Amino acid sequence: MDFNTIIQILDSSVRLMTPLLLACLAGLYSERAGVFDIGLEGKMLMAAFTAATVAALTGNVWLGLCAGILGSLMLSLIHGLASITFRGNQLISGVAINFLASGLTVLLGQKIFGLGGRTPNLTPGAELQAITTPFHDWLSGIFGPDMAATLTTMPRFTEIRLPFAEALRDVPVIGPIYAELISGHSILVYVAFLCVPATWWLLNRTRFGLRLRAVGENPASVDTAGVSVTRLRFAAVAICGVLCGLAGAYLATGLAAGFVKDMTAGRGFIALAALIFAKWRPWGALGATFLFGLLEAVANRYPNLELGPITIPSMFMNALPYILTVIILAGFVGRAIPPRAGGEPYVKER
Amino acid sequence: MSADKTQQGGPDSAPQSVPSAIQLVGISKAFGPVQANKDINLTVPKGTIHGIIGENGAGKSTLMSILYGFYKPDSGEIRINGTPIQITDSMAAIRAGIGMVFQHFKLVRNFTVLENIILGAEDGPMLRPSLARARTRLRELAEEYELQVDPDETIDELSVGHQQRVEILKALYRQADILILDEPTGVLTPAEADHLFRILNGLRDEGKTIILITHKLREIMEITDNVSVMRRGEMVASVKTAETTPEELAELMVGRKVLLEVDKTPAQPGKPILEVRELRMIDADKVERIRSVSFDIRAGEVVGIAGVSGNGQTQLLEILGGFPEKGAKISGEVLMNGQPLDLTGRKSDAATRRQRGIGHVPEDRQDEGLIMDFAAWENVSFGYHNAPEYSKGIFIDRAAIRADAEGKIQRFDVRPPNPDLAARNFSGGNQQKIVVAREVERNPDLLLIGQPTRGVDIGAIEFIHKRIVELRDAGKAVLLVSVELDEIMSLSDRVLVMFDGMIMGERDPETTTAGELGLLMAGVTDTENTSPAEGITPAHNHPADHPDEPTATPEDRV
Repeated sequence: MDFNTIIQILDSSVRLMTPLLLACLAGLYSERAGVFDIGLEGKMLMAAFTAATVAALTGNVWLGLCAGILGSLMLSLIHGLASITFRGNQLISGVAINFLASGLTVLLGQKIFGLGGRTPNLTPGAELQAITTPFHDWLSGIFGPDMAATLTTMPRFTEIRLPFAEALRDVPVIGPIYAELISGHSILVYVAFLCVPATWWLLNRTRFGLRLRAVGENPASVDTAGVSVTRLRFAAVAICGVLCGLAGAYLATGLAAGFVKDMTAGRGFIALAALIFAKWRPWGALGATFLFGLLEAVANRYPNLELGPITIPSMFMNALPYILTVIILAGFVGRAIPPRAGGEPYVKER
Repeated sequence: MSADKTQQGGPDSAPQSVPSAIQLVGISKAFGPVQANKDINLTVPKGTIHGIIGENGAGKSTLMSILYGFYKPDSGEIRINGTPIQITDSMAAIRAGIGMVFQHFKLVRNFTVLENIILGAEDGPMLRPSLARARTRLRELAEEYELQVDPDETIDELSVGHQQRVEILKALYRQADILILDEPTGVLTPAEADHLFRILNGLRDEGKTIILITHKLREIMEITDNVSVMRRGEMVASVKTAETTPEELAELMVGRKVLLEVDKTPAQPGKPILEVRELRMIDADKVERIRSVSFDIRAGEVVGIAGVSGNGQTQLLEILGGFPEKGAKISGEVLMNGQPLDLTGRKSDAATRRQRGIGHVPEDRQDEGLIMDFAAWENVSFGYHNAPEYSKGIFIDRAAIRADAEGKIQRFDVRPPNPDLAARNFSGGNQQKIVVAREVERNPDLLLIGQPTRGVDIGAIEFIHKRIVELRDAGKAVLLVSVELDEIMSLSDRVLVMFDGMIMGERDPETTTAGELGLLMAGVTDTENTSPAEGITPAHNHPADHPDEPTATPEDRV
């Protein structure tokens, strides 16, 4: 395995871990505030669908991103209403959201595009142009034709070339790392990685973070301090929705070019496992999701891994992330203490 | 000891020269059919320590929760420093200068002391300046009031006493002028309690107003300036502490009801059924709940245990009934019919106790005596559901249980006589009849019966009392625990008085008086068995040089 292969695998890991990282951080906000959320999967799926749909209809990935966030937020609101306002069971609400998203996306997709639940491929083409023409005209009325053309011919997130990437490419070691690994990802990848220190800072250095952590540990302490438990938890659930929206939008408009049925493929659950592995900490989330991304990248790269006389079948390689999930959830990887008030609706008492 | 003082409470009874920090006028609060607070009037002068005393469930905590914005009163007015205000939530209470130290601390366990103190009282969106200011302020407060605590330790690492200090500091940091403490000494060691009282005295000297909620008479006598007594949701008296006595307070707390005469002949005690030897129990919080208790109950007698609730009676019943609270350490010896009972391990459970001939009517019938959503006929078999007469092979014999239930309902006059009705839908008295029927009709050698008539109407009280006497006359032993002094006096053949986990003395109900029992219930040393009483012994007279010794023996305390 030469250096370039390693770089390529790592590069692929970074792409693959991004939706997991975003979803994992989403879960982190929600669960640190005491609201367990197994509906990450459903929210990502809904976001992927709404993002791809709007991007396909308008030809504009930014509108798609907004739609993705809105779609996910809508489900977050349902989860918040069920589990905070009405003090319902958070697991059941999460399961319901997953089913709702799984069914609704395919149903709406079929209704809108008639492609069996898929959305059209998000590459600039004739099919897309026809749909986006009115939008293009509207935009050029505001921004002028050049700007409108740029905006409407970007139906999915493209790779960003960081400055000097080409110039540095030939420098040994650093060159490929910078040009391949660091440069050349879509904007959402950078957003996801920036979310890690941002989350750490928000949780540990701000008033909001202090209260958020407190409400997940002992809501009564927040309540008796005169701070609204409900408002805090809703804020956390909303942040969770936004991050899931980013994750889903990235899946459908960054990693892939369009939505297909159940395209999240359990990533929401893997993110939950990573969250436990990360012991509900932002930097831990980075490490844990990287591990999952790496496994997925290796499986993609070596479908049939040959280790001397034994060939490991591709099915096993593809199952690796899921196997790791089971191992983590079974508690083999250290003892993780969840937020103390997690999963418990808050009921005022003396 | 005059009962006339009972009704003299109210806003006018406190001195008017000092402006009052708190004035409650006609506060009422009901939870469904339960009137938790009924037309409460209370005046607390500025710069005093005001005790509110009453039994569990008397409505003290509800009243304080209203003052802290947890509940909205159905009617009435709250005035703070003379101004009427609406306390809609805790924030409003904090703004009005009220700080509350709850019985169960509201602290985030994995936060540092500093983080807990600023939570909800931060100076701005960034934490750093708030933490720095809190650190300085904490140092000042610590020096001022003997409230030393390491600001960087997490709550998990602190002792219970220190956790309580953090709660007090939280209130002071929010510039509370009025501090409410709900049962503050319940979880403290005697040395910690003494320290707390020093802190409270210091706070009062600084002009703070303190409300101390407790059911421990000695604390009231030791530290308060004024005291109000609550009973069954009503404020029955407000007096100056210096002008009252523990026995008077005890009597006010327990209340004097119409004396219910029980028709019974003198007991003819036989051989000992239950022998308890040096029973001790230390609960999970390391508080010693039962301190070396020894007594006998013989066949054919009713032994009553009197005492203000919360003095170890509940724990005693739970141990004998086979379901002590989790994490408790129990030692000592208990013999049943001469054979030892397991106090720990697998054979110490309630089922084994029942096999050994111990019936148990628990104090809390709704949580421990019945399953409220199950039908009466099902409840009749609980605890004995494995008995052969209720079984058909591995199946339960529903028909047999139903028939038995119908018989019990008829014999105990349970109304309505419908075995299919859920326990929840019977009145309190009829629920109790179901429990008593279940336990009494098994004909146990020993019946444990806690608060047999709490929340039970007069007719059912008479009926239950009669059944208890019948059981006794059949040569069985009965252990009666009740906070109703009259019930104890009229039903028991011997009365033991429990205080602070100890048995303070034994009295013959024929010759003793309520006043004498009240004195014992207040923890005043038994005048018969020990040296002459030297007035009231303080609440915690442990030598302060045993600070980490929560398990002092009774000898240390007398």
